[in-house]
Amino acid sequence: MDKFSRIFERFLNAGKDALISILQEIQREQGYLTQEAVNEVAVYLQIPTSRIYSIATFYDQFRFSPQGKNHVRVCNGTACHVMGSGKVLSEIVKELKISAGETSRDGSFSLETVQCMGACSLSPVVETGGDYHGNVNPEKMRTIIDQLRNQED
Amino acid sequence: MLFNIEVNNKQIIAKKGETVLECLNRNGLNVPTLCHMNGFSPTGACRICVVEVDGKNNLIPSCSHPVEEWMKIKTHSPRVIKARQQIVELLLSNHPDECLYCERNGNCELQDLAIDLNVREKRFSGKKNMHKKDHASPSILRDPAKCILCGRCVRVCDETVSVSAIDFIRRGNRMVIGTAYNKGLNLSTCVDCGQCIMVCPTGALYEKTHIKKVMDALHQPSLQVNVHFSPSVSVSLAEEFGFRSGKDISGLLIAALRKIGFAKVFETAFAADAAIYETASQLSDSIKSGNKSTMFSSCCPGWIKFAEEFYPDMLAHISTVKSPQQIMGQIIKESYARQQKIHPENLFTVSIMPCTAKKFEAQREEMTLRGITHNDAVLTTRELASLIKLYGIDMQNIEPEQTDAPYNLRSSAARLYAVSGGVAEAVIRTLNFMITGNEMDNLKINELRSSASRREYFIKMGRYQLGFAVVSGLAEARKMINEIRNGRSDLQFIEVMACEGGCIYGGGQPIGLSEKDIKARAKAIYEMDDKETIRVSHKNPGLTELMNKLKKQEVDGSPVMNFRTSYSKRNILL
Ligand code: SF4
Ligand code: SF4
Ligand code: FES
Ligand code: FES
Repeated sequence: MDKFSRIFERFLNAGKDALISILQEIQREQGYLTQEAVNEVAVYLQIPTSRIYSIATFYDQFRFSPQGKNHVRVCNGTACHVMGSGKVLSEIVKELKISAGETSRDGSFSLETVQCMGACSLSPVVETGGDYHGNVNPEKMRTIIDQLRNQED
Repeated sequence: MLFNIEVNNKQIIAKKGETVLECLNRNGLNVPTLCHMNGFSPTGACRICVVEVDGKNNLIPSCSHPVEEWMKIKTHSPRVIKARQQIVELLLSNHPDECLYCERNGNCELQDLAIDLNVREKRFSGKKNMHKKDHASPSILRDPAKCILCGRCVRVCDETVSVSAIDFIRRGNRMVIGTAYNKGLNLSTCVDCGQCIMVCPTGALYEKTHIKKVMDALHQPSLQVNVHFSPSVSVSLAEEFGFRSGKDISGLLIAALRKIGFAKVFETAFAADAAIYETASQLSDSIKSGNKSTMFSSCCPGWIKFAEEFYPDMLAHISTVKSPQQIMGQIIKESYARQQKIHPENLFTVSIMPCTAKKFEAQREEMTLRGITHNDAVLTTRELASLIKLYGIDMQNIEPEQTDAPYNLRSSAARLYAVSGGVAEAVIRTLNFMITGNEMDNLKINELRSSASRREYFIKMGRYQLGFAVVSGLAEARKMINEIRNGRSDLQFIEVMACEGGCIYGGGQPIGLSEKDIKARAKAIYEMDDKETIRVSHKNPGLTELMNKLKKQEVDGSPVMNFRTSYSKRNILL
């Protein structure tokens, strides 16, 4: 409770249009939008949680589960898309059984799609734990995942 | 202000301030719509209602565009027809090709549009929607694969029901309708009212069906399967079988239910008399003890769940009397079972309700006695209609029958339960008798019989000045509760029904009703009341007998029924 009132204090008398800023604050502090937090915001701003979830899922920036130990970011910008990032993404979804914005049940992987990472010459691009991988294809993606898995053990 | 506009080369009269669609409809011209709903602000989302306006480059959506004086409109030009066809073709491109197996086969707005617009070939073949069904709610089934994202359910749930359980999630081609955190509907604020089903154009929303369960029971020789049907059902079925809308066909319904194989057929109204009697006693005790506080009605499970979610501080103000469905189920499983010397475990009770929330209510854990559930299955009016068709019963050519003893008597007050305002009216009649010892001079309370979302009525009973209110729809309930929270104290009883107009427009009723049909139902119920001889619950002889028996059992120390229940706060995402 207290952790939220600290955030709300900064938005005293704020109207409903403060929603996005409040959610950003919460994500910054907690890493993702917890259900507890969203419920608090709902009561504070008098907006139903379903509406908040609706608005938050409209944007790519919000997460609803904590990041996994390995956070995989797949670029889906125009260049990467043209070069086949879709196939790479499907490979990850198949391999890890999570979709974008989700975290695997054991907490080892989470997935995010992002717009252009500014490395179009290497497209399609995938980033894991600060490492950038270029010219990724489904096969290469599987190797990357295997490596991350082995690192864990 | 009136002015002329030109439509399809003819002059028609337009009113300032109305939308193009309203103007066309008023002049008897039809344009297809999908996302549009009467009485709701337009969203302009689906664009199926487009028309061509001279001097405008783009087609305009008629449902959201105001009519203007200079307009020359074409409602069915080649361009317009092509645009509409394309919209339907796109909607069909990712729609599952499952029409033959669909709940709404033959009663689907998407099918109708495809037919009306003469869509005959598949020009776009997109990836079919693969979204999983949401089975989690005890009453409502969501099948997002069949959803065309018109948003009607979202708006009803938000604006009419005021619980906002569902909304659009994500965007673009990943968009679906879902709850907060995309959880099962049972974990949302959903109050199971079924109003979303009533507005969904496709098979994306429907009730959790109990038809199979009922048929299995009917075919099990060891079970005696009994049925009771709610007061609103017999006035809501007529249209389905070719009778004039609102006609009371209880006699035929009773006959049909026997033909289907139900052993005993009762009216839930018998238990409504019990509920009225119990509620009036609870109220009269409280009033006589000098208590001025407000009591809310307890017959509507949608309202109860709503209070458990949003207004836990009001739970202590809700009458603890169980709903007629639960009381009737219990009477059959306890009193009737004992009288017939049948073990309750060999009884299977089916209730027929205008309501999806009754399915939720029946499975609440409070609704059992000594481990025996009061009702085993709940069918909506819609499911009843399917069942009658399934068993090939020709409603036009059967003879009416009567309900079974010993619960074959009821007052007309009990049937008033079907209409918003009826519970209050019935309770007032019996309360007046309990307090003054006399019947009211005029039993009909016109002040409570309008269709306004709020009605209030003040009356002196003996030495008490009492206030009553009727609230129709949960949005209005919120306003009322705020008044109570702010100290309003002139009301002793408040009836709340979650569905606007009451059970006659419940979420389990046939889909595609007009306002006229609903009015016809209310009229039928009120006319019955004006005509009948037993018009107050406390004069139902069957009830007096039952209550005496109950008291005797209490004295004997043998097991008694429990017509009271309790409520508790729900922890869900609000
Ligand atoms: S059943 Fe009622 S409360 Fe539940 S989602 Fe549908 S409209 Fe909303
Ligand atoms: S579920 Fe039905 S009413 Fe709701 S958006 Fe989909 S098609 Fe429209
Ligand atoms: S589009 Fe992927 S890095 Fe630019
Ligand atoms: S009905 Fe007009 S835009 Fe949908």
